[in-house]
Amino acid sequence: MASDHIVKSFDDQLNRLGNVIAEMGGLAEVQLSDAMEALKRRDIEKAIEVAAGDQRIDDLESEVDHLAVSLLALRQPMATDLRDVIGALKVSSMIERVGDYAKNVAKRTSALAEVPPVPPAFTVARLGRLTQEMFKEALDSYISRDLVKASTTRNRDEEADALYTSIFRELLTYMMEDPRNITSCTHLLFVAKNLERVGDHATNIAEMTHFVVEGKTPEGERANNDESSFTVVRPAGID
Amino acid sequence: MTGMTAEVMTPKEVETAKEAAIAPKFVTKGVDVYYAEKQALTNVSLDIETNQVTSLIGPSGCGKSTYLRCLNRMNDTIDICRVMGDILLDGADIYSREMDVVHLRARVGMVFQKPNPFPKSIYENVCYGPKIHGIAKNKAELDDIVHTSLQKAGLWNEVKDRMHEPGTGLSGGQQQRLCIARAVAVQPDVILMDEPCSALDPIATAKIEELIDELRVNYTIVIVTHSMQQAARVSQRTGFFHLGELVEVGETEQIFTNPKDERTQGYITGRFG
Ligand SMILES: Nc1ncnc2c1ncn2[C@@H]1O[C@H](COP(=O)(O)OP(=O)(O)OP(=O)(O)O)[C@@H](O)[C@H]1O
Ligand SMILES: [Mg+2]
Repeated sequence: MASDHIVKSFDDQLNRLGNVIAEMGGLAEVQLSDAMEALKRRDIEKAIEVAAGDQRIDDLESEVDHLAVSLLALRQPMATDLRDVIGALKVSSMIERVGDYAKNVAKRTSALAEVPPVPPAFTVARLGRLTQEMFKEALDSYISRDLVKASTTRNRDEEADALYTSIFRELLTYMMEDPRNITSCTHLLFVAKNLERVGDHATNIAEMTHFVVEGKTPEGERANNDESSFTVVRPAGID
Repeated sequence: MTGMTAEVMTPKEVETAKEAAIAPKFVTKGVDVYYAEKQALTNVSLDIETNQVTSLIGPSGCGKSTYLRCLNRMNDTIDICRVMGDILLDGADIYSREMDVVHLRARVGMVFQKPNPFPKSIYENVCYGPKIHGIAKNKAELDDIVHTSLQKAGLWNEVKDRMHEPGTGLSGGQQQRLCIARAVAVQPDVILMDEPCSALDPIATAKIEELIDELRVNYTIVIVTHSMQQAARVSQRTGFFHLGELVEVGETEQIFTNPKDERTQGYITGRFG
């Protein structure tokens, strides 16, 4: 919470910015968990609701843009205030992306509900839980300016990437086993990719926590365990 | 065989190395200033880098003008003022007996908050300094100095047809540029500016700021300003003063995006209690 500016309305505007981010983040968390829930239960109605709910997040993003531009133009924020505003702009666009991923996951639910389930769906659900936790933790770290939480989130991205790579292998294997799996596996692959991106954005948000608190993003590349780009699975018997 | 491996530097590295090789214009160490019993500056140590713009910011009464006046001994004109500590210009102590104060003030020119042209013609305002310092040998040289100084100050085109009208008849922004031309005319090394734009509108201010940026190539500039945006726009280094102390000095960008000291942070974000 911004406080003790000599000009009180400056505090008010900064706090408003923080509140909108918190609201956006909360909405995106719910969207994501609803999308995963709909996927699990093959609940098409719920999936449609999720897809429609994305608009609210987009509207809040526009509100953040508007508030930030007005703060920059009218208050000329400096130092921590400046970083708060830049952070809000970036984090809101990351949250908006996460909202889009939730919507994409929801959209695939109707297609997936029409074909028989495949076992890799469980691993995808696991990736869903992991990235939801990361996203929640990243938002908490940003809103409470908590560097410890931010570091934990960053460290979990490795796990998410590794899980995504193993899902990728698993799906390829099932597709090769039986071409009738291809439809569901392909949709699940897109879902998994979306979830992996949620993990990336959680990490980016955590990095923005470092930026607003310390004025710089953490040094050093994160370990990247997403090896799916290089993964080849050969059908058994053909070599 | 170490000589075989040529050291290749990027242009940016060359630039940085060059900058590092140039000694600061002013080195000030442990400067204390008193007005009678009242201490106005305490232990101020600050290097003014050559051919850079250094801005000094801080709340009213923190000692910015006092510090600026130490650099060309303008404080000598205030009876009750005592200056202690080391103030070296190009390595030479400006408070030593050998220092010729008139010559010092020619090398370290000053532009004040309120434009203060002499009640004389535009031409005479600019040629006065070069004349008394014997910089020009004849009328032609003097004309030349007046011309180039006005050009450097970005005023030439506006006044070339009215050189013999009084300087006081110009607009505020023009008068301020006339004062800058006057300072430039004596070929100083350093130009000190104490809130040079506080009486000017945004356009006149922009012209002065553009001018400062151009002058930096040939001069070292120290500017006191109450506008944080102005400090951010024109300077490469910024020093923050508070209650007579230099709290923090650094690259301007660092000071305004990520200051190290709580007091700097409080001041520039408008949180001063
Ligand atoms: N001629 C003087 N005689 C006595 N005290 C003075 C004199 N000039 C300045 N002071 C005192 O020295 C302190 C520093 O003043 P200075 O003018 O250097 O501040 P400043 O930072 O330039 O302030 P401002 O931003 O208001 O111009 C103040 O407390 C002031 O009252
Ligand atoms: Mg002053």
